[in-house]
Amino acid sequence: MSSNLENALEAIKQFEKILSSKIIFDQLEIEVDKNDIIDVLSFLKEAEHFQFRQLSDVAGVDYPNKSPRFEVVYHLLDFKQNIRLRIKSKVGIDETIPSITSIFPCANWYERETFDMYGIEFTGHPDLRRLLTDYNFEGFPLRKDFPLTGTVEVRYSEIEKKVIYEPVKLQQDFRSFDIQSPWEGTKYEDTVKPSETDHEQ
Amino acid sequence: MAVNLSQAEENQFAHLKEDYANKGFIVTKVDDLINWARTGSLHWLTFGLACCAVEMMHVGTPRYDVERFGAAPRASPRHADVLIVAGTLTNKMAPALRKAYDQMAEPRYVISMGSCANGGGYYHYSYSVVRGCDRIVPIDIYVPGCPPTAEALLYGILQLQKRIRREGNIVR
Repeated sequence: MSSNLENALEAIKQFEKILSSKIIFDQLEIEVDKNDIIDVLSFLKEAEHFQFRQLSDVAGVDYPNKSPRFEVVYHLLDFKQNIRLRIKSKVGIDETIPSITSIFPCANWYERETFDMYGIEFTGHPDLRRLLTDYNFEGFPLRKDFPLTGTVEVRYSEIEKKVIYEPVKLQQDFRSFDIQSPWEGTKYEDTVKPSETDHEQ
Repeated sequence: MAVNLSQAEENQFAHLKEDYANKGFIVTKVDDLINWARTGSLHWLTFGLACCAVEMMHVGTPRYDVERFGAAPRASPRHADVLIVAGTLTNKMAPALRKAYDQMAEPRYVISMGSCANGGGYYHYSYSVVRGCDRIVPIDIYVPGCPPTAEALLYGILQLQKRIRREGNIVR
């Protein structure tokens, strides 16, 4: 298995557009420039040594402290050799990344979801609309600076006879339960001092 | 199944039996008759939204067999008497729930099933979830649990029957 992976890694390294490559958690991981993503993916799909024919997922990651801020991650599967490959590509907050729907048509909704959640725009996408969030939703919920409770909530208005949107008004603020807190949480055996246990007995 | 009746109930049934045997009919109140009919055919609209829907399915299967209480699943809100909100109600789904509720004929009842439907539950602080489906439709019975067992939902349906019987109104 591992030699299989290493062979694949060696083969991938031959392609000059790959910035870095490594094996991590028994999976291949490579990094490419966002403008080379179409070239790299078509190479990996059609190359001689491996056929990454299946695109399992496209996801986004938000690193608020990094610049460029976002990463788009593509997960590929070579089902002939059973090798999985992760491709990472960095995208800035006001940048766009080419859509890969021309190579993998299944990327259509993956990219829509990534756009919906992070606001990353994919150029050349046939229909880049929001996918999961509410109609007329504002903001990108998986960005780290998006408030957990959002900005609007719904209720049925007896006067207007329809479901209306209002600014969020919480009856009780969100609380973060801390397991280390002295008056709450689990008491673990190894953190209890010997003198205390003696006293209890 | 053995039924234990009190002496008063025994007498009442004997009385009814005698009336029916001698006259061929029974005299009762219209309210009682209507309530008997309403409690005996609580057809539920399957509004499964999440994992609670699986427990709602169980309640219809032979093991729990809610049909012995006259409650059958209906796929159309126009056929249904009771709406079971089974699962997480999201903001996007809220207008659709209200629309389904509005299409139901009176008398209509709503059972809120599970933590998410009762008050948002696990997703109470989420940006996309309604904090309790009572913000959208009026609720008659809340069934707690995450998800509630099929027995709990069955108990909720029985409680709803009890409530209808106690309310005793023709017009709601």
